[in-house]
Amino acid sequence: MVSQRPPELVIEAGRTEQQYWKDLWRYRELFYFLAWRDILVRYKQTAIGIAWALIRPFLTMIVFTVVFGTLAKLPSEGAPYPILVFAAMLPWQFFANSLSESSNSLISNSNLISKVYFPRLIVPTSAVVVSFVDFMISGIILLGLMAWYNFVPSWRILTLPLFILIAFAAALGAGLWLASLNVQYRDFRFIVPFIVQFGLYISPVGFSSNVVPQKWRLLYSVNPMVGVIDGFRWAILGGGAQLYWPGFILSVGLVTLLLVSGVWYFRKMERTFADVI
Amino acid sequence: MSDTVIQVENLSKKYIIGHQQEGRYRYTTLRDSLTGGVKSIRAKFLNPARRNIPNPAREEFWALKDVSFEIKQGDRVGIIGRNGAGKSTLLKILSRITEPTTGRISIKGRVASLLEVGTGFHPELTGRENIYLNGAILGMSKVEITRKFDEIVNFAEVEKFLDTPVKRYSSGMYVRLAFAVAAHLEPEILIVDEVLSVGDAQFQKKCMGKMSDVSEKEERTVLFVSHNMAAINSLCQGAIMLDAGRVVLIGTAKETTDKYLSLGIEKTTSHTVTFPKPVNSPLWIESATIVCEGMASTQLYMGDSLMIDIVFNSIVAIRNPTIGFVIYSSQGDPILNANNYYQKSNLETIQSRNGKIRCNLGVVPLMQGTYSLSLWLSNGTQDYHFLENALSFEVIEQDIWGNGRTPTGNISFLWWPTDFHLLGNGML
Repeated sequence: MVSQRPPELVIEAGRTEQQYWKDLWRYRELFYFLAWRDILVRYKQTAIGIAWALIRPFLTMIVFTVVFGTLAKLPSEGAPYPILVFAAMLPWQFFANSLSESSNSLISNSNLISKVYFPRLIVPTSAVVVSFVDFMISGIILLGLMAWYNFVPSWRILTLPLFILIAFAAALGAGLWLASLNVQYRDFRFIVPFIVQFGLYISPVGFSSNVVPQKWRLLYSVNPMVGVIDGFRWAILGGGAQLYWPGFILSVGLVTLLLVSGVWYFRKMERTFADVI
Repeated sequence: MSDTVIQVENLSKKYIIGHQQEGRYRYTTLRDSLTGGVKSIRAKFLNPARRNIPNPAREEFWALKDVSFEIKQGDRVGIIGRNGAGKSTLLKILSRITEPTTGRISIKGRVASLLEVGTGFHPELTGRENIYLNGAILGMSKVEITRKFDEIVNFAEVEKFLDTPVKRYSSGMYVRLAFAVAAHLEPEILIVDEVLSVGDAQFQKKCMGKMSDVSEKEERTVLFVSHNMAAINSLCQGAIMLDAGRVVLIGTAKETTDKYLSLGIEKTTSHTVTFPKPVNSPLWIESATIVCEGMASTQLYMGDSLMIDIVFNSIVAIRNPTIGFVIYSSQGDPILNANNYYQKSNLETIQSRNGKIRCNLGVVPLMQGTYSLSLWLSNGTQDYHFLENALSFEVIEQDIWGNGRTPTGNISFLWWPTDFHLLGNGML
């Protein structure tokens, strides 16, 4: 029973850093367990269960197709309008769900935070993982739409994982910021739903970002979700979709900044979570 | 093999207490921070000489101050002290939940702490699912949990209910399962906070047995916080007593618990005790008085009536303040309790921010001796103020029946006014 003796642990003010990343690795299974718990619990005592993950994006897609495609007659970049909408709906829903889940995650797990030690970074991250599972499930709708319209994607679909990664980074970066701010300032409980609602309209979800006049494109790309959504469309729709590279690079740059600063701020605030929450 | 596994040097922990305005407490809002920031900038700008003026709304509170001790491998050490002495803060720092303000701790070995029973249990999940979840939260790997699964289930005695959501468990089963997971963690150092006060006596015994097994056979170190001196005495060899954030005594379990029990009584010889407002509590007991036969006094003659007057205060007007108390013997055995949560009272008509409540116990048939009293105050849903050994009083021998004879003090805790009454004579 002589497992290797753990090294001496030193606890001092401002000195939790050293072990942190090692602990994160040691607790890696907790990412999975917390996400697993949330998924199991979410659909307990519901009648149609996991189908909720399909119904919501599907209905939103229909509304957007009717409003922007049929009524407003916006261009569709050569693909069927529902597919255009859904290619954006996927990353947007993922981002929006992650944001609301992870910003609330620390508060809703406050009993854990104040009674057990583990790297706190796991909590908001596994909230993003939960939304990622929903994302994969609603991906089925996209496959269904493609089959329905006989739409064959080009080779570009192979680059999709890269854009998924960017979406993940954007969701996590913003989620970390909001989660740690929410611990201190409960105002963010009200701000987050507002960001999500507002973001749906200022991100190119219901329409193609080519609708935006050329001179405003770069400014528009300050919204990091613009780059993510354009990337998804570029990869999924193939041929007709064009990527506006300066804007895309700006968006990716901002996503990176968001993630790095999010981790930094979270780590900085983390040590006071148990006292403040 | 007696290396030092935990070395604590000059450990201190400071909290900043905000004295909030009425009606608002607990959460900082963004507006507070923004206006606070603007105010301090303006103050600096207008009056640069007056820096570092103490802010009246923020007060420092040292939950722990210069605490030092060391614990050797395989030791079982109790940590005792009154509420607010800093026990929980110490455990939280040792288990890395919160950071110390100053000082240093070095720990050799894997620490598992059980500060609350069933932390992380999800009521909707089944027993089986919760074992895995809880294990992972406490730092076990999936393989490790699977390996110990049967042992955990056996220990908790919940085989039949493994696939039932824990929300349908009885509280006893819940506690057993939670303790079982933590007890099978195989840490080098186990930290346990007062969790055994829940659960039935038989299971408590089993848990204590498990803890001493763990430490004797496997040379593990156990840190155990409890208010139950008997439990400390039977489990621990040594004990540390804290008071107001400082170490008062480090010694054998016997020495320390004796000192603790005697302190609890010495501390309060006055008939009226006032208490400081607890941190962050919107409702608190301001003072309490012992009234013996109509007079404030700590000397109760046998056969006299006993009353307890309690002055409470609240930030908001409350209805139905709920008061509970327990009277303990000098050995710490609970003798009697009363609580208007269970018992109907006319306190329901109160709607006020402060007031004085009189608890009239009538004639309490206590034998001579010294007794202490713990008080609780709640608003009927949550306990807000708990005062351990808040007051004490002495019962003095008196010739109750007026025949010159009194029972000797060590027969029992209570004498009982009994009606002895002849039912039949010469019938046998």
